[in-house]
Amino acid sequence: MNLTLKVWRQSGPQDKGKIVDYAVKDINSHMSFLEMLDVLNEELIAKGEEPIAFDHDCREGICGSCSMMIDGIPHGPDRGTTACQLHMRRFKDGDVVYVEPWQAKAFPVIKDLVVDRSAFDRIIQSGGFVSINTGNAQDANALPVNKDSAEAAFDAAACIGCGACVAACPNASAMLFVAAKVSHLGKLPQGQPERAKRVQSMVSTMDTEGFGSCTNTFECEAACPKEISVTNIAQMNRDYMQSSLGD
Amino acid sequence: MSWVRKTVASTIGAKFIVALTGIVLVGFVIGHMLGNLQIFLGQDALNNYAQMLHNTPALLWSARLVLILSFFAHIGFTIKLTRQNRLARPQTYAYQQSIQAPTSSRTMIFSGLLVLSFVIYHLLHFTLGVTHPEHKSLVDSMGRPDVYSMVVLGFQNIWVSLSYIVAIILLGLHLSHGVSSLWQTLGLNHVKYNTFIKASGPVLALTLVAGNLSMPVAVLLGFLSLPLGVV
Ligand code: HEM
Ligand code: FES
Repeated sequence: MNLTLKVWRQSGPQDKGKIVDYAVKDINSHMSFLEMLDVLNEELIAKGEEPIAFDHDCREGICGSCSMMIDGIPHGPDRGTTACQLHMRRFKDGDVVYVEPWQAKAFPVIKDLVVDRSAFDRIIQSGGFVSINTGNAQDANALPVNKDSAEAAFDAAACIGCGACVAACPNASAMLFVAAKVSHLGKLPQGQPERAKRVQSMVSTMDTEGFGSCTNTFECEAACPKEISVTNIAQMNRDYMQSSLGD
Repeated sequence: MSWVRKTVASTIGAKFIVALTGIVLVGFVIGHMLGNLQIFLGQDALNNYAQMLHNTPALLWSARLVLILSFFAHIGFTIKLTRQNRLARPQTYAYQQSIQAPTSSRTMIFSGLLVLSFVIYHLLHFTLGVTHPEHKSLVDSMGRPDVYSMVVLGFQNIWVSLSYIVAIILLGLHLSHGVSSLWQTLGLNHVKYNTFIKASGPVLALTLVAGNLSMPVAVLLGFLSLPLGVV
């Protein structure tokens, strides 16, 4: 299969960046999207051109590195799938495919498709943890957690921090990411002592990092490769207002 | 008091105020429509209702105060949030695509601002009587301000009616997303209720559009006409 790729090329943070066309030939439909980019990059290197920079690590959908917009959708057209798990059989011969980096003020482009997502790290550093000294690991069943809370906490904890929610949101809002982190600790007994403080400082860091706010379009949930639910955002709105209005 | 400043300055706190003031405005829009639908009961019923509202100035003005404050807060906070949201994505995508968000949810600031410009016109027309002073001064046989004839005369003008029709549809667009959305903002989202929450916006918007459109349409089609003696 042959494709035309329209790829965002940006040589560095200061460069303005632009879309550049590439014809990619004889693509095997069993390749992943990233493997297709690898093939293109080898050709570019052979021609003495600069390869397309993109983030990747595990290539099995668990690390959240492979951030890219494919035809305007984070990680491409398949629901609940990261770009590294997207396969070329999803495309047709002759397709024109746009490949762009996440665009958000809080995620500045480093090069081509690679963005700096350390704003997420700073949000986690501001409260996405449990700081109680627990001593040795205790018996697994000593702290009772009801089944529903455990499931909900697990679902929220499935977030891989890829940033697709920010990329998909018309406002570049990080609400789904922050809400997933707030929920996964807030649903468990270990997370209770710092629950109010956590949501306050994580939301405050989220705001100062320059992410937008939520307009409930729910594009984040639709784009999330881990299908994190916007129910977590409602929970965070509730926790935030409760901790603001309460004592 | 610093917690107030901090909460209001946060995106979640600001959006919370948008939702609360949105509820006040929605409540008003529903009451406003129900009151006006009395036009179908005839001149006497509508004029009587208008007279009743004006006979309790304390109630009228406290309601107006709450409304005005809510309106300004709603507009102020939505403009502030929208500006922040635009700044949050300085470089837009070359390929614009949304997965499932309806257009109404992506155009709230436009539907809102157009409704605002209509509200100004509407106040100039019926409340302050600036655009048609000759309609505003009409009095019925019992000496009451003749609201019924004022409305019928206004809507007999096709351009006036059209502007109302367009504005009401825009408000419908605003509320079909806005009302479903405000539950989430207030923290209410549960699988048990989400079918109702999702439907609440479109259902309320359709009801408001149908109810409000019925009045100019009834005048234009001649179902509602001027009482004898009014020219
Ligand atoms: C009769 C007048 C109006 C009513 C009944 C109304 C109602 C609402 C409601 C219920 C919401 C949802 C709040 C939420 O999602 O939590 C909302 C949101 C909003 N309104 Fe209004 N509104 C009115 C006028 C306006 C005006 C004049 C503007 C212009 C600035 C405006 C701009 C917005 C914006 C930008 C949002 C946020 C949209 C979003 O989060 O997606 N509204 N409105
Ligand atoms: S490379 Fe790890 S999730 Fe795609």
